[in-house]
Amino acid sequence: MIKAVMVMNTQGKPRLAKFYEYLPVEKQQELIRRVFAVLCGRAENVSNFIEAESIFGPDSRLVYKHFATLYFVFVFDSSENELAVLDLIQVFVETLDKCFKNVCELDIVFNYSKIHTILDEIIFGGQVLETSSAEVMKAVEEISKLEAASNAITLIPKSASGWRSR
Amino acid sequence: MSGPSLMDSLFQRTLEDLIKGLRQQLIGEQAFISKALEEIRKEIKSTDLSTKSTALLKLSYLSSLHFHDMSFATFHALEVLSSPRFSHKKIAYHGISLSFHDSTPVLLLITNHLRKDLTSTNEFEVSLSLQCLSRIANVDLARDLTPEVFILLSSNKLYVRKKAIAVVLRVFEKYPDSVRVCFKRLVENLENSDPQILSAVVGVFCELACKDARSYLPLAPEFYKILVNSKNNWILIKVLKIFTKLASLEPRLAKRVVEPICDHMRRTGAKSLLFECVQTVVTSLSEYDSAVRLAVGKIREFLVDEDPNLKYLGLRALSIVAPKHLWAVSENKEVVIKSLSDADPNIKIGSLRLVMAMVSEHSVAEISRVLVNYALKSDPEFCNEILGSILSTCSRNLYEIIVDFDWYVSLLGEMSKIPHCQKGEEIENQLIDIGMRVKDVRPELVHVSRDLLIDPALLGNTFLHRVLSAAAWASGEYVEFSRNPLELMEALLQPRTCLLPPHIRAIYIQSAFKVLVFCLSTYLMQWGSTASSASPDNLRSGVSASVSYESFDNLSVENGADATVTRGQTYTSASITNESILNLLNLVELALGPLFESPDVEVQERARNVLGFIDLTKLELLNSSVQGEKDLERRGVECSKTIELMHDAFSKELGPVSLSAQGKVYLPDGLMLVENLVGMEMICADIEPPSSNLFSFGIPYEEKDGVSFSNLQIEADSEESNEATSLLAEHRKRHGLYYLPLGKSEIISNDYPPANDPTLQGNINDNADDLVKLTEESLVPKRKSNHAKPRPVVVKLDEVDAKPVGVKKAEYKDDSLSGAVRDFLYGMKDMVPTSSQSNLPGKASSKRKGKEKQHTDPHVETKGNLVDYGNPSSRRRKHRSHGKERKHRSAREKNAEEREDTGQKEKEKSSYCHGRHKSRQRAEEPLNVSAQTTVIPDFLL
Repeated sequence: MIKAVMVMNTQGKPRLAKFYEYLPVEKQQELIRRVFAVLCGRAENVSNFIEAESIFGPDSRLVYKHFATLYFVFVFDSSENELAVLDLIQVFVETLDKCFKNVCELDIVFNYSKIHTILDEIIFGGQVLETSSAEVMKAVEEISKLEAASNAITLIPKSASGWRSR
Repeated sequence: MSGPSLMDSLFQRTLEDLIKGLRQQLIGEQAFISKALEEIRKEIKSTDLSTKSTALLKLSYLSSLHFHDMSFATFHALEVLSSPRFSHKKIAYHGISLSFHDSTPVLLLITNHLRKDLTSTNEFEVSLSLQCLSRIANVDLARDLTPEVFILLSSNKLYVRKKAIAVVLRVFEKYPDSVRVCFKRLVENLENSDPQILSAVVGVFCELACKDARSYLPLAPEFYKILVNSKNNWILIKVLKIFTKLASLEPRLAKRVVEPICDHMRRTGAKSLLFECVQTVVTSLSEYDSAVRLAVGKIREFLVDEDPNLKYLGLRALSIVAPKHLWAVSENKEVVIKSLSDADPNIKIGSLRLVMAMVSEHSVAEISRVLVNYALKSDPEFCNEILGSILSTCSRNLYEIIVDFDWYVSLLGEMSKIPHCQKGEEIENQLIDIGMRVKDVRPELVHVSRDLLIDPALLGNTFLHRVLSAAAWASGEYVEFSRNPLELMEALLQPRTCLLPPHIRAIYIQSAFKVLVFCLSTYLMQWGSTASSASPDNLRSGVSASVSYESFDNLSVENGADATVTRGQTYTSASITNESILNLLNLVELALGPLFESPDVEVQERARNVLGFIDLTKLELLNSSVQGEKDLERRGVECSKTIELMHDAFSKELGPVSLSAQGKVYLPDGLMLVENLVGMEMICADIEPPSSNLFSFGIPYEEKDGVSFSNLQIEADSEESNEATSLLAEHRKRHGLYYLPLGKSEIISNDYPPANDPTLQGNINDNADDLVKLTEESLVPKRKSNHAKPRPVVVKLDEVDAKPVGVKKAEYKDDSLSGAVRDFLYGMKDMVPTSSQSNLPGKASSKRKGKEKQHTDPHVETKGNLVDYGNPSSRRRKHRSHGKERKHRSAREKNAEEREDTGQKEKEKSSYCHGRHKSRQRAEEPLNVSAQTTVIPDFLL
């Protein structure tokens, strides 16, 4: 089971935070801070694992990957394989890369909803449901089309109904 | 109208505007956000759903990434959810899954929305609501929506079906009764050929098996087929995880899976799968030697790999295998030891653990020495990690691996002098523990303690105070082994002891008291033996003292260190002269005089005890040296009586006390512990409150000792304080350097250089090589031919020490869930799952079947593999009928246990039967366990 997915930049600003169990926002913030405190102390070229039990409680593991200005962090328990989760981060980042054509931090900053859509296609309620970035892309494109379609109808009726209500 | 006007809606900021604004704001982020929140609060009340949903999206953003509470908007989220538009729904579901939890008041209002969307024809709407359900479902939601989930479990759309499968996990967890409805369809999906579906089902079973593996043993054949036939790494990893749990429960299953797992290990190119195989073998299949050898070979490949991740995981796998197969570690010892100097802290700690796992009684000395040297040069955190693991390894099972305690005690002393050492408490406990348990080590213990006490620099390190208190205690308690008690006394009373916290200072004073008594009694004994007339009292004290020396002698002879004995003995016998005793008494008075008024009760009381004792003896001792022989005898006798009494009091040995010792004290007859102390009030009323605090403090202690010198003490107090202050002033003038500013002990800077400064900050890698070389020899399990002496006796306490490490019984947390699963599996054998397409007429499904439009979606072809695997061939597996495993029940199930060998059918049934039996009579669980293990059938035969 995946417990949490976080993306934060090298200054510790969270760019994406998804917890698969309900946590109060203060707790979320604290966890992200503590993870960052560990991450920023780590050198390059060391392993991608961190002992996370002191932060997330017993039976939790943490894998992270550092891309440019961003840390991608996945927290999970013993029913996931460490290397597989590392590959999963790769899948996630590749999918982002395909969606945004050379993804950079700004893409993630400005596409809050889309990032969540992508992640939701990969991880469902803490379980990994899709590991092929092509499949994810397909679904995400469908969803975006559907969103756009439902919004397209909105523009005119919205103003019209607005005028009518006057 | 309080709602936002049209203008507000038209010029509403979108999420993108908000993000941009947030990046460009000049008023400070918090201020900007609170302004934005204000806007959102207004907008979210709008009647226009577009405005509302945009506000909700912005709020979700602020909640998710700026951690602002959004619970005020839960109802608004539901309003947005009712919108027919997909984009609104998506925003609403997102907001809901962020903010809803079990105690959200409006949670129940969502049921109908979810039901509507679960039955929607739009697969993405269904997906959204499943996603939300997997996140927020509680008992009620899980119960109410079970029928819908059941229908979706056999949906034609893979996209929906896999999510329905995944949501089952949450539904089962919250509402175990749903197992009866959904479990069969879930199991049917195990037969599905699509890797996406299979991956989802196996994932769910993996999670379920993690919580309670035993209930899923009957499904082992299905998992076995997947293990053999699947080519998808992700699925294989999950199946291996399941087998890790199952194989440890059922040895026959282990026997069956070991070969396929080894096959995977040999063939696969994917590191993740390889690691999972290794992990499964070392965790659950460690009895199969060939498999373990293969796994250890793979671990070795991991260890020498460039990739630090593989190295880390290799070390971890090695630490799992270590307890059962130590050879695996020793085979890889060079790599392990080299990793101690790795740049990665994880790897360092991992290898440290393994190094400690290799420690045996032959190698402990060398390994510890190199590790301590290594700790000197490493960063504080890792240094303490090293020290901690040495301490815990060496003290394991009552110092099982320690043969030479003298060495170990001196190692403890050495460790506490390492500048970064923060393990004071642990060292303290061990020093005292060893002192009490191991008689033979006491001389060395006193010697080590002296070295610690005498170093003034150590007093400045707060982490060491605990160690020092142990050293002080040991040197006082076992002062008879000291080579130079006078020196010890100086160490205990040095001015820098004021840096110590009061409770430790009290220990120092008490130890000084013991040393003082010892010196005096030695002196008296000497004097008694030189004096012509030996009174019986003197004789006795002399005898008792010589006994203690005898024991010391024997010991030292054993040590083969005759030189120290003679030195020690000559010293104590020759150099405690009249003059040195006087100096000693003066020193004590000087040092403790100021503590007479100490604000800490403990310190004050002990200081007063010592001073009182000195007052009692000093005059007579002084006089005895000047006055005539007759007088001398008489007074000496009196005084020596006192001293001897104290000496006797202190020479009673303190043994280690068992935790349960209290229980062994029999209750005396007539003592009523349960009775209320009603009578006490009457008695208490009679007692006059003591006239002054001083008396009340002093009396109980002295009465206990049977010596009443309270009056004397009080008399002496007044004189003495004057005398002491003048002496102190004099001393201060002379040794001003060593005095610290009065009353400012807290802010005294540590002007002493730190002890044991690591002068060699040399290249760590060089050291690592040394380490390898050094341990090279020590790790070879050679028997050291000449131990200096046999292992001394370690005093053991009854029960408490021998207390077996209680094997934690697996707790069934979700009793109801596993019970339901077992019940179901019991009943399932009547309905043979032949294919995933079989549609059983369920009451719920028939109701909605009409509405459900049969989509003929393009069959989604996926490669379920991860990017790196490079093995994208997905495989459609033909179902193999395995109905023979699920034949009808025979009537003989009662006797299944006796006829275990008659066939697998009966066995299977008995296990089902047992499952049910168990879930009903959980109270009798312990009785059942043994029986259960015998009747579990060999499913795979």
